[in-house]
Amino acid sequence: MDTDEVSRALKRIAHEVIERNHGLAEVVVVGLQTGGVPLAERLVRVLKEIEGVSVPFGTLDVAFYRDDIGLRPVLPEEVTSIQVELTGRTVVLVDDVLFTGRTVRAALDALADYGRARAVQLAVMVDRGHRELPIRPDYVGKNLPTRRDEVVDVTAEGVDLGELVADRSGR
Amino acid sequence: MIAGTGTRHLVSMTDLDREGILGIFHLADAFKEVAERPIPRVPALRGKTVATLFFEASTRTRLSFETAAKRLSADVMTFSASASSLEKGESLRDTIETIDAMGVDAMIVRHKSSGVPAQVRAWTKASVVNGGDGQHEHPTQALLDCYTIREALRERAAGAHGAPGVPGAPGGPSGPEDLSGLRVGIVGDVRHSRVARSGVLAMTALGAEVVLVGPRTLLPPSLDGWPVKSTPDLDGVLGTLDVVYLLRIQQERSESGLLPSLEEYHRRFGLTRERATRLGEGALVMHPGPMNRGVEIASEAADLPCSLITRQVRNGVFVRMAVLFHLLGASGPLPVSPHFARTADA
Amino acid sequence: MPDLLVRGGTLVDDQGERRADVMVRGRDIVAVGADLDVEPGTVVLDAGGCVVAPGLVDLHTHLREPGGETAETVETGTRAAALGGYTAVVAMPNTEPPLDHPSVVRDVLALGHFALTDVAVAAAITIGRRGDTLVPMGEIAALGVHLFTDDGRGVQDARLMRHALEYASDLGVVLAQHCEDEALAAGGHMHEGAWSSRLGIAAQPAVAEEAMLARDLALVRETGSPMHFLHISTAGSVELLARAKAAGLPVTAEVTPHHLVLTDAAVATYDAAYKVNPPLRTDADVQALRHALVSGVIDAVATDHAPHPAERKAEPFDQAPFGMTGLETSLSLLHTISMGAGATRSGAGEPAVRGPGAGETRGAWPGGAWTFAELFAVLSWRPARIARMDRTSGGRHGGPIEAGTPANLVVFDPSETWEVVPDEMVSRSRNTPFVGMRLSGRVRHTIHDGEAIVVNGQAQR
Repeated sequence: MDTDEVSRALKRIAHEVIERNHGLAEVVVVGLQTGGVPLAERLVRVLKEIEGVSVPFGTLDVAFYRDDIGLRPVLPEEVTSIQVELTGRTVVLVDDVLFTGRTVRAALDALADYGRARAVQLAVMVDRGHRELPIRPDYVGKNLPTRRDEVVDVTAEGVDLGELVADRSGR
Repeated sequence: MIAGTGTRHLVSMTDLDREGILGIFHLADAFKEVAERPIPRVPALRGKTVATLFFEASTRTRLSFETAAKRLSADVMTFSASASSLEKGESLRDTIETIDAMGVDAMIVRHKSSGVPAQVRAWTKASVVNGGDGQHEHPTQALLDCYTIREALRERAAGAHGAPGVPGAPGGPSGPEDLSGLRVGIVGDVRHSRVARSGVLAMTALGAEVVLVGPRTLLPPSLDGWPVKSTPDLDGVLGTLDVVYLLRIQQERSESGLLPSLEEYHRRFGLTRERATRLGEGALVMHPGPMNRGVEIASEAADLPCSLITRQVRNGVFVRMAVLFHLLGASGPLPVSPHFARTADA
Repeated sequence: MPDLLVRGGTLVDDQGERRADVMVRGRDIVAVGADLDVEPGTVVLDAGGCVVAPGLVDLHTHLREPGGETAETVETGTRAAALGGYTAVVAMPNTEPPLDHPSVVRDVLALGHFALTDVAVAAAITIGRRGDTLVPMGEIAALGVHLFTDDGRGVQDARLMRHALEYASDLGVVLAQHCEDEALAAGGHMHEGAWSSRLGIAAQPAVAEEAMLARDLALVRETGSPMHFLHISTAGSVELLARAKAAGLPVTAEVTPHHLVLTDAAVATYDAAYKVNPPLRTDADVQALRHALVSGVIDAVATDHAPHPAERKAEPFDQAPFGMTGLETSLSLLHTISMGAGATRSGAGEPAVRGPGAGETRGAWPGGAWTFAELFAVLSWRPARIARMDRTSGGRHGGPIEAGTPANLVVFDPSETWEVVPDEMVSRSRNTPFVGMRLSGRVRHTIHDGEAIVVNGQAQR
């Protein structure tokens, strides 16, 4: 995907969010650290352009909810910041890539510790398949079938597909 | 940080280097946020068992550790000296091996004898945290003290947008990362203080300049290898200190001939009301608690706004959560920059 | 008993070194030389490549009997001694009850009759070792006791010490002192210095030993009575002794093997195996002690073998008892550091600051490698003389090795290397600080009063 395609996808997703929720009352956008945060910020801007409403925005780091703690290095990268009450509200969770679904599972557990949301909807720019849990997105930018060993990179310039590079810990 | 594989321990401040300490601070920041949530707990250490072995009683520190463990969803086992089989003549090693056989992941050990956590480490597969050993060290206290100083410095930097920065503290936009350039005075009975020994190691690792202030009888017999200065003249250095860290003076010290009297100590080394007026601009006052009002600190001085004493207590839980997570959750070397989002599982 | 032939070794005694075989009959040596006549039924002990020397004499051993039999007994302690090449030991009086009364002394001497080595007794100076009343020295001396000491403690009261010296001079016995001024030591558990400051352990300064030593040397000058000083451990003490000897005072001194090798850095792991009194000191102290042993300011090496059950040493450092074993390792250790390549730890371990390898002194033996005569002098004939167990005193130890002398011998193989493994030692206790060390040189045979008590490294009973 190139920059334009990403912008168009975001606009479409914004319209879908408004349509699905019959407006933006009681909607909160939460970006997952770190890839989902820039996208979530852009989504909030686009929603404001379309509806004139400033939707509350938060960020969530799920390090402490991961199911692989103790198996590999796990550290929170950014501090979580959710300043609004979630109980009774609809949370639109935003991430860049949906893959196995484990990060989203961890995010659902984290959100539960903030209150009882009325609903949680999932928006992702890219769905690359290979789900390991029964998680499905409500809003998708693009479906991108991949091999397990490929890497999907979402940046401001667009979406790239590349080979898996060994990370710093040599795994 | 002593890198990577194998069990991690925090028996001495020497188990963490500067990077390791900063890593603990970042974790503590994250756990501070957790404490503000409606449900102030994360499942990070679910399934892990943390045992507190407090051979020397201390309700406050023990509760701080137990709260930290519970907020991480770990199971907590409490062993108190009186309930243990130590009274039946079982050796320390036998006691540790018995607890180890029950399958604990971490032991938090406090003992009136120096060196017990180091000995325990040789006898168990669990991670060992030193909760205070005799006169040797109290690493989590030093960590929470330095964390509290950093918190105060960062708040000050945030409040003083555009104003000249805090002395000698470059750092990110959110304020100083460490204690570079800070002058810290540790005042009192350093000789018998585990808080001071850990404090010196932590503060100097973070770039602070440390001066020990006290009578010669209360300084360690040898300061060989200690990266500090020392002086018996508090008034001479008081105005130059950014942080004044006061140690407790115990009654026994005057009884054992090390001090003529506690009154004389207060006159020479106490933070009297008069001395409080001569503190440097922006100087911070700290104490590991509990305070002897009228000995190391005058009542009025303890309640000054520049006193960080209550914050030290509060930050204890966050820092101890960070330590437990570091030992039991974050296995592997700390990353230099975050790249985990880019790996296979997302 | 059959005759014994010690064949193929090199004899070393205070007369020198020579190649010769030794024939033993009954309790004595009957012939020394080459091509000796061998009767049928003679047992041949192979001493090829070995040194044959007079059996070692330990001036300072804790046999723990009566009262401390969990740690050691006269039987197990002397078996350990025999494996270490000793044919005589002097048992210290800090037993339960202490050796402060003729009846207890008699009991221990009786136990010694059946032991593998000779057992002499050092009786206490004061009743209960409490430091206030003298023991019946005359009565005890009549049992053959020559040395008196409150070891474990020093006599704190100067006036009492003076009277004890005066009283002892009539009897011709020698008082030995564990120099520790308890007010200055203040219950310290290690040496006061850079390491104790870092580790947060209450410690005793060097001056706690030196102050009492200085006092006693002055009392020796004043009374003219001889004294022996136990386990000297500081450079300051060495200096005081050197001056005293230069002035001709009748004093002798001993040093332990561990004080010639280990320093206070070894305590960094808080392993109570390194807890001993007097404590391990600094590298400068170790070097001064080595120089003193070479120059003769210190006369002898004595083990201060102090066995303790494992559970007692597995306690917090400040609660564990003081002491290290030493009988089985002393000769090999001293040979290694004075004639060999230096003792080293085998195996992987933590970095050298903490763990095995920490706290060991390195460096060449002062004045160059020793000869065998110098090595065995400090372990055999000089301590034999100090204990009055040598031939001139009417005793049976210390050589020389010639026809008509008592058969108390050690056969030592300088080329056999071995690793110190606690479970393979015969002392009832395992608290050696030399775990994992590779030593060069090992006792092959030990002969006590004509009986081969150790053959090929195995105790015979």
